[in-house]
Amino acid sequence: MRAVPVIAAYALREALRRRVFAVVLVLTLVFLLLYWLATQYLFDHLEEVIPPDRVDARTLVGSTVLGLAMFATLFLGVVLAIFLTLGVVRGDAERGLLQPLVVRPITRGMLVTARLLGAASVCIPYVLVVYAASVLITRTNGDWTPDRTVVPGLELAFGVVIVAAIAIVGSVFLTTTANGIAVFMVFGAGLVAGLLGQIGDALNSDRLERIATISAWAAPFEALYQDALHNITADTTGLTRFVVQLGPFGGGHEGGPWLGLWAVGFLVLCTVFATAAFTRSDL
Amino acid sequence: MPALAVRGLEKRYGRTEALRGVDLDVGEGELFGLLGPNGAGKSTLVKIACGLVRPTRGAAEVAGAPAGSLRARASLGYLAELFRFPGWASADEVLTLHQRLARSGGGPAERAELLDLVGLAHARDTRVEQMSKGMQQRLGIAQALVGAPPLLLLDEPTSALDPAGRRDVRTLLEELRRRGVSVLLNSHLLSEVELVCDRVAILRDGVVVAGGRPEELARPRGIEIETDDGPVRLEGGREEAARAVADLVRAGRKVYRVEVRRSTLEEVYLEAVGE
Repeated sequence: MRAVPVIAAYALREALRRRVFAVVLVLTLVFLLLYWLATQYLFDHLEEVIPPDRVDARTLVGSTVLGLAMFATLFLGVVLAIFLTLGVVRGDAERGLLQPLVVRPITRGMLVTARLLGAASVCIPYVLVVYAASVLITRTNGDWTPDRTVVPGLELAFGVVIVAAIAIVGSVFLTTTANGIAVFMVFGAGLVAGLLGQIGDALNSDRLERIATISAWAAPFEALYQDALHNITADTTGLTRFVVQLGPFGGGHEGGPWLGLWAVGFLVLCTVFATAAFTRSDL
Repeated sequence: MPALAVRGLEKRYGRTEALRGVDLDVGEGELFGLLGPNGAGKSTLVKIACGLVRPTRGAAEVAGAPAGSLRARASLGYLAELFRFPGWASADEVLTLHQRLARSGGGPAERAELLDLVGLAHARDTRVEQMSKGMQQRLGIAQALVGAPPLLLLDEPTSALDPAGRRDVRTLLEELRRRGVSVLLNSHLLSEVELVCDRVAILRDGVVVAGGRPEELARPRGIEIETDDGPVRLEGGREEAARAVADLVRAGRKVYRVEVRRSTLEEVYLEAVGE
């Protein structure tokens, strides 16, 4: 397993040198600047927000804008994760980058694990920093902090790593472009599941909500995102809790104690599946 | 024990049969040339030997270990026909990465020696993206030599090199033979193979159609004798030439030049592949 940190470090260096990383950094700075301006404006004009009776306006505004920021963080993190991993097997093999590495005395499982770790070592700090900046901006401009600060950030980061794992699985079978399209579609399907859940909630449709839950858990980055949204207002009670609407694609939904376990299991399954398929494929 | 032993090797890609029962051995310290037209199965054979492709049937062993196993891969160096190193890495960084993966303890001394060996000593800190194709090819050869593997699999190692670079590679191959390294050289350049290889195998449609030492493959193609009465052309080889000269001298003719013509590897190759 000595090769894993070597390849992970190689993947990390490669990731930091890719143009997409610089693009995402610029987009992130633009987003944080706009978020700063938006929260400043909203909290400066809090008296203009007229919430329903017995609903705390600051909590309503704070949790809603932070929920939006979390979606943006997830989206940017997913863009980064997909671009770092969409070509790690077939793409790199077609470009001739993979062959010199694979013929070394390392298993293909080590290579898959190392590439996932390399992507995770870029995406996790990125998501945590952007999330922390969003929380800090919300607190500075609005004097509002989420009920749970750390766990939602970790869940967002874990969600992004899961998307990276899905992209690595796809990279074994699909060309770079096809894989990028496929993984973005999977990500979009997860978001649609969240939206379905909200529609089901609004229509009071158990069936729709069940479909949404199953879909969100099938690709657990969405379930983690929903649980993260839930956690920022986890201790809020009463009507305020009922009223807060968080992300643009699906509201907060408690994942429960099994979510973390399933997410870890899903990650392991992706790694094992990618390894098995990669081991059986000719380069 | 041969450095590479291939027995009844078959490989199918869907309906295409890339290899149809290939047998060959590359001995220790032997330079072995693999020849054949495009699509003959040469690259597939090399890829099976280094574990990139799994055989459909048959077996290949590297230093006694099944091809593709960790032990087999620890015993070989490979230069792919189409390869690339990350553009951001320097020559030294590329070799460092491969030293770590190959678990070579050679350190900076090995890297310096390898770069010197391939004529890139001056480019230690040059990034791959700033290198010419020929320099990248040389770096590829240096990478294949990391960890001093007993078997080298070189797939078209001179394809991007100019004539001087090709000559350097020939010199390098001879140096490797001197060090006891076995080399399987897959090349389209027949003259190059003829100059350096101890043995060759010619593949066509996935089967070995000719094989042996280059001089064994070359067959007599007649005798040409220049006499005072004009040129004389006869069938036969060395023995027949000696007899013919003796007969001509006995007959009172003056002999100015005698040439026993043999087929070149190129002629043998073209005959073997049916072109």
